[in-house]
Amino acid sequence: MQATALDQNVQAVVNRAIETHGKSREAMIAILSDVNDTFGYIPTEAFQEITRQVNSPGEQAFVSQSQLYGLATFYQMLSTKPMGRHVIRFCESAPCHVMGGRVLFQALQDTLSLLPGETSSNGKWSFVLTSCLGVCGVGPVLLVDDDIYGNVTPEQLPNILAGYD
Amino acid sequence: MAFFRTHVLVSVDPECLKRGAHQVIDALNDELVAQGLNDEIQVLETSRIGDPFVFGPDMVVYPEGVHYANLSEDDIPYLVQEHFLKGRVVEKFRPREAAKTDEELGPPKAKEVRVVLRNCGKIDPTNIEDYIAVDGYQALGKAVSEMTPDQVIDTVIASGLRGRGGAGFLAAKKWMLCRENPGEQKFVICNADEGDPGAFMNRRVLEGDPHSVIEGMAIAAYAIGGGETNRCKQGYIYCRAEYPIAVQTLEIAIQQARSLGLLGNNILGSNFSFDLEVRMGAGAFVCGEETALMASIEGRRGEPRPRPPFPAQSGLWDSPSNINNVETYANVPQIILRGSEWFSSMGTEKSKGTKTFAIAGDVINTGLIEVPLGITLREIVYDVGGGIKDGKAFKAVQSGGPMGGCLSAEYLDMPVDYESLNQAGSMMGSGGMIIMDEDTCMVDIARFFMEFTQDESCGKCTPCRVGTRKVLEILERISAGEGRNGDIELLEDLCSQIQTTSLCGLGAGAPTPVISTLKQFRHEYEAHIYEKRCPAKVCRALIRYEILDQICTGCTVCARNCPVEAISGERRQPHKIDLDTCIRCGICMQVCNFNAVAVLS
Repeated sequence: MQATALDQNVQAVVNRAIETHGKSREAMIAILSDVNDTFGYIPTEAFQEITRQVNSPGEQAFVSQSQLYGLATFYQMLSTKPMGRHVIRFCESAPCHVMGGRVLFQALQDTLSLLPGETSSNGKWSFVLTSCLGVCGVGPVLLVDDDIYGNVTPEQLPNILAGYD
Repeated sequence: MAFFRTHVLVSVDPECLKRGAHQVIDALNDELVAQGLNDEIQVLETSRIGDPFVFGPDMVVYPEGVHYANLSEDDIPYLVQEHFLKGRVVEKFRPREAAKTDEELGPPKAKEVRVVLRNCGKIDPTNIEDYIAVDGYQALGKAVSEMTPDQVIDTVIASGLRGRGGAGFLAAKKWMLCRENPGEQKFVICNADEGDPGAFMNRRVLEGDPHSVIEGMAIAAYAIGGGETNRCKQGYIYCRAEYPIAVQTLEIAIQQARSLGLLGNNILGSNFSFDLEVRMGAGAFVCGEETALMASIEGRRGEPRPRPPFPAQSGLWDSPSNINNVETYANVPQIILRGSEWFSSMGTEKSKGTKTFAIAGDVINTGLIEVPLGITLREIVYDVGGGIKDGKAFKAVQSGGPMGGCLSAEYLDMPVDYESLNQAGSMMGSGGMIIMDEDTCMVDIARFFMEFTQDESCGKCTPCRVGTRKVLEILERISAGEGRNGDIELLEDLCSQIQTTSLCGLGAGAPTPVISTLKQFRHEYEAHIYEKRCPAKVCRALIRYEILDQICTGCTVCARNCPVEAISGERRQPHKIDLDTCIRCGICMQVCNFNAVAVLS
């Protein structure tokens, strides 16, 4: 049952994304981003669905599933794996690194018992590294879902994480 | 009269009420009663505190004066528990906006000259009339009605404006090449893929003064495709996905410019037509490279391709295209308006105008600055930056982003311009500057940057894909205390190979942090490799923690906080760290109240 629900969902989401961005080759990154925003990742079904909807039957396909998969694996913000309910993105860039990021990074791994790229077994947290978020004035910086935290110290971590369930 | 230790002022502004301020107040009163705190804490209603549309419902807690924003009744039990019972400020309820304003961009400091940043923070970026009120779009009007495209190009060439994104090519020279190349349709592209860690000046301009970029692009498009035939009608701003607010602001600005006829067909009644679109990346550093950026706009993987052909010959969809970055375009309107002499009066002989820098790291005033080119590093670090934090010594500045180099104290009096930075083994780049104090290990920094470029290498060409991996492995083993004889020479050889044979700027620039630190801090590499010592006491494998017998009071704090139980000792007796168990996390040093823990190498 669940699979069919996902199927229908994927179809609707892909449909909406294509309506917004159009069917051209240049719209593919935007379409994949929309799908990724909705599900937290890009389900395999979505690749099938996109190629089915954008390529006109009878004409030569202008975008293949493998090309879409190529895009999804090239760009860091797109994921092909399901993510946890909350995604913690840790800025690994030099300005944060020299402003206490190293200590915070260790504290995060210890607190979450996760390595970068991992998702906790209860599906609550995903811990990933991100490139510079451009808020280096207040490093080290942590992004939890859409909430950005600056000047973070290891002592603040439990408090910050407690705000998410 | 009752005495309350704490007063809570809750805003009952109409907007806050609409957003549930009453429910918050009720919940707060209930919870205070439940916790038996209603005799100690008084809840008062007040008029607006912060902008209710941004922060409502919000409250201020006195005597501390802590501002909590965007509260709902469900937040109250936790808030009461934490703040009123335990006395801990709950960071997650504090307004995020407040922190953002404005540690990045304060009022101009001594020696600053604001040209690109002049409007940031002063005008409302979502209101085009604010921009027009400060002479906005006058330059575009002047260009399309009083100047020929050639005159525009001549003026900008005469001003000496060079690309602010890295290489520093004369901006209008590129426009000229693009103009001269045959093609029915040409494109103007703005590189807003500001990926260099530590650089955020472009984000600030896009978020604070988007119209200056739009106007600059329109003028460039007129210079490239204007005149008898209209060959440059479309422009793209490629903005990284990490900057959602910049994208939003740009979309609003473009919409407003269109509605006033400043974008679209027949701009300001002339026969020049031009429109703009924002394209968003999806997280790939290499897309800041111009050929990769164009591939990404076309909806492909952002992989660079060899040049020539240069974008001015064959760029986006194989049409002649011009790419400049945000800051370059933002300079253009003022050059047209105030003349090339005005612009070239600032700066040095070959580097004209001002440059924005994002100052980060161990300096007192971090944030954005804009200074005339030719200023010395010392002036940036000490006069504008306020000097090094905590009275420590300056060690190095890393300029030019991850492909730039580290400069030691001996370069402090060097003027900051394109040529001087290149000669010193670094580069201008987009303008990130990371200032590092004496506690920074240069091997660790080199390893760190290598990790970044290695990760961001797109994998298309071998020198960059495999070479950066190998360099990183060597650096990792050096910082792990397993450096070998000959590693320094091996690094030098590898780096020069990668530098000369990589396909694009990412690979060619990747070894720069290693080369520059090898040149200026060679003794640190030697200490790591031959003496198994990290002079800055950073590299974990090469340091050890020790408790100083004479100072230790035996308070047991360190032993209780040690995550691996490596510390032993009787109460009131000096403690000891078992070095075999110790994982060098440094927690004991952080928690010790008597500075009795020392780190040795």
